[in-house]
Formats: sequence, structure tokens, C-alpha cells
Amino acid sequence: MRVAAHAHVSAPPSLVWDVISDPTRQLSYMSGITRWEVEGDRPTGLGARYRMLLRVGSAEVGGVIELVEFAPPREIAWTSVTGVDQRGRWRLREAPGGRTDVELRLAYGVAGSGLGGWVAEHVAARTVGAHLRRTVQQLRRLVEAEQVRVRAAARRTGRSS
Amino acid sequence: MAEMSTAPAQARRNGHAPEAEAEPEPQLEDGGSLFTRVVRAVAGQAQRRIPRADLDERDPDFIRERLPLMWLVASIWFRGEVRGLGNIPDSGPVLLVGNHSGGNLTPDTIVFTLAFNAYFGVERAFYQLAHSLVLAMPAMGSLRKFGTVAASPQNARKALEAGAALLVYPGGDYEVHRPSWESGRVDFDRRKGFIRLALERNVPLVPVVSIGGQETALFLARGDRLARLLALDRMFRLKVLPISIAAPWGLNVGDMLGHLPMPAKITIETLPAIDLRAEFGASPDLDEVYDHVVRLMQDTLDALAAERRLPIIG
Repeated sequence: MRVAAHAHVSAPPSLVWDVISDPTRQLSYMSGITRWEVEGDRPTGLGARYRMLLRVGSAEVGGVIELVEFAPPREIAWTSVTGVDQRGRWRLREAPGGRTDVELRLAYGVAGSGLGGWVAEHVAARTVGAHLRRTVQQLRRLVEAEQVRVRAAARRTGRSS
Repeated sequence: MAEMSTAPAQARRNGHAPEAEAEPEPQLEDGGSLFTRVVRAVAGQAQRRIPRADLDERDPDFIRERLPLMWLVASIWFRGEVRGLGNIPDSGPVLLVGNHSGGNLTPDTIVFTLAFNAYFGVERAFYQLAHSLVLAMPAMGSLRKFGTVAASPQNARKALEAGAALLVYPGGDYEVHRPSWESGRVDFDRRKGFIRLALERNVPLVPVVSIGGQETALFLARGDRLARLLALDRMFRLKVLPISIAAPWGLNVGDMLGHLPMPAKITIETLPAIDLRAEFGASPDLDEVYDHVVRLMQDTLDALAAERRLPIIG
């Protein structure tokens, strides 16, 4: 099953990138995420691993994921190592007016689970899709609020110098 | 799911040598009546159906492939909610002690097994003790692939020695068939084997409290006197012959074929781990520990019951 969510963020890609590439900030904007911990020595970058869980229905599903693409400030992609099969991707594209088009994609399932798995994936899609939509909107609000603070700080610095 | 039985015959069936401290095997009284002979023959057949326990029968791939279907049942039918899984140590052996509800088809076990495997991953070994007769029931063979093994102290020790998480229900058949109006009561029938086990293996004990299972049918009586009258306790270690009103049977005596559970909301709360020796000293008093654990679980069950507005709906 594949679900996706989009948002237009009034901030440059570099600011959005700073948030999505920082493993300590995932819990602050990712909807439904109950756990996001670094596994191993590498906190970020290609090959970084995280243990993540997402509440869907009566279970927290997820497992260990590994970053398989890490191209600042455009793409982060991951794939599952253990747990539910999943492939995810953040796509950031610069838009006119210093804005960023953000897309979050997630494909998930359990190989070999048959008809029950197919039904479960479709039933879960509504919840997972809602989590993704909330995530990109919360990311947009977080980054735009941060941009306001950065600009205000710059203005204060300019006035005092 | 059930408490641990200790007979050497049980141990042999489960692929272990009988241990010195095991109790003698229950014997039917000598008697040549037709009834006794028939019952003994049925008992023999049932005992032969009980599969040998082998921890290697747990199959992570099988569990993983069944999780989506379990998720559908748990999420849609039972609207399951499991809290506090973070209280379970992330690794190492641990004894999970649950109150038990819902008759022979225990919805709390389905919901918790799904939640545990999804949370920790199927790679973490997780076993559940069950009454031997549950494993002998038709179409229940796949339970062994989920990590369900016959309840015995030997199997419990073996699982913990292997570093696994082990779920036990000390109340067993006695608690799981309690009347529906006792739904809000933790009743282990003063069985303390789980405390001895945790002390012997020096593992943390994590209470797991659930509510809703006893609303999946109208449980009327345990039928413990009937079970004694029919000698079921001596033949099958069955302390009860439960009587309930359940779909699709209507009046359901014994619940041996299971039933279609009502879609009651199941809520489960996992409490912080208890290190028995750290809390009760080097040689804890079993009664004191038992009272503490049951009180803790009863308080949690009371709080869960207070959250419920209506039976079944939750």
C-alpha cells in the first residue's frame, strides 16, 4: 500500500532539511510516532538506523529502518530492516518565492500475509494517510514559525549593530 | 491459557524428563463402572492429542505473516488498546503476569500478542503458557507457532533460561471462566507458582492487566462442582466446566469448541517491572509478594473499569 502527503512551506529547503534530517526532532512533528531512537553509532546520514513505532489501530507498528538515500537538501529515503516492510521518502523541491514543496511518501505491507494482509493494509491506509497529512502540516507550521524567529533575530541584530 | 501444571506425565509429554519435585500424576480411582471406563477412554484420547512442547516450534516468519490479520481482529472487532509496553524491559528474560478473561478463546491474549510482537518485533522470543487441552483442541495447532506451549514449570523455566519473555496467567481456567459480573476482579485462586518462578530464575515480573474479555459472552458459572462431580479435575486437570450464553451456541457448556466473542472493547495496561528481591529482600515472603502483585493489578483493573461507561462498548 502506498500513501503520500504534500505541503507548501513558506521557507527555503535548507530550513526544512534541518528539521527532517535531525533525529532528535521527529517526535515533535511526526503524527502518531511513539518512538524514534537512533540505533547504532551514526545519528544521521546515509546508513543511519532508527527504531521507530507508529500507532495504527490497536498496535504500535514499525521496526528498525535504515536511511538509503541522503541528499541534502532534497531527498531522504529509508527502508525497513526489521518489522513491517516499509519504504519512505521525503522529497523537498525549491518553489518560487523562497518556498519549498514537501512530499512525504510511505509504502508499507507485510510480504506473505495474503488476503488478510491486503485487507489490513487498505483498512490501515486511512489512519496512516491521516498521520502523514498531519505530519507535513505540523512540519510546515514548525518550519515557518522557526523562520519567523530567525528573521526576527536577524532584525534585532541589524538594529543593534 | 492456564496456570502451570506439575505432573511428571505432563513433563514427559512436553519432551522433558520429569523432575524430582514434581507432584505425582493424578490417578483415576479404581472403578469398573461403564461411566468411569468411558471417561477414562476419552481422557486417554485427549491426552494423546496434547502435542509435545518444543520452544523451537515458535516461528517468527509465521507470526509476522499473521500479524496483519491479528491487527484487523484486534483493531476492528475488539478495538484493542494496549498501554505501557515501554514498561517491559527492552531485552532479556521477563515474566509477564496477566489476569485472564474471555473463556477458551481469550481475546486479551490475541490483543496482547499482537501488541507485543509489533512493538518489540517478532525477532524477540515471546512465549505464552496455555492449558494443555487448549493446545489439543482441533485447529489450535498453529498456536505453537505463535510461541504457545503447554503450561508446566519445566516449559516456563526453559523459556526464561532461553532469555525469552514469558506470559503466564496464574488464574488459568479458574479465572478465565469467572462469571461476567466478576469481570472487574483479579482472581488467581491464591496460586503462587509465578512468584516462585520469578524468584528461581531471578527475572523481573511485569503485571499485565486487561479488561473487556469477560464481556465477550455472558459467563454464568465456573461449574467447578460439576467438574469435580465428573472427575474432570483428576482426568484433565480441569477445575471448571464453565456455563455461559455465547454465540453461536446459545447455552454453552464447557466452551470446548470456543464461541464467537462479542465485540467488546479490550483495554490492556502493562505496569512497571517489579524486581522482587530489590523490593522484598533476598528471601521474599510468597504471601506478601502475592498480595502486593494482586493488589497492584486490582487497583489498575478498578481504574480501567472506572473508565468504561458501558459494557462491550467500553
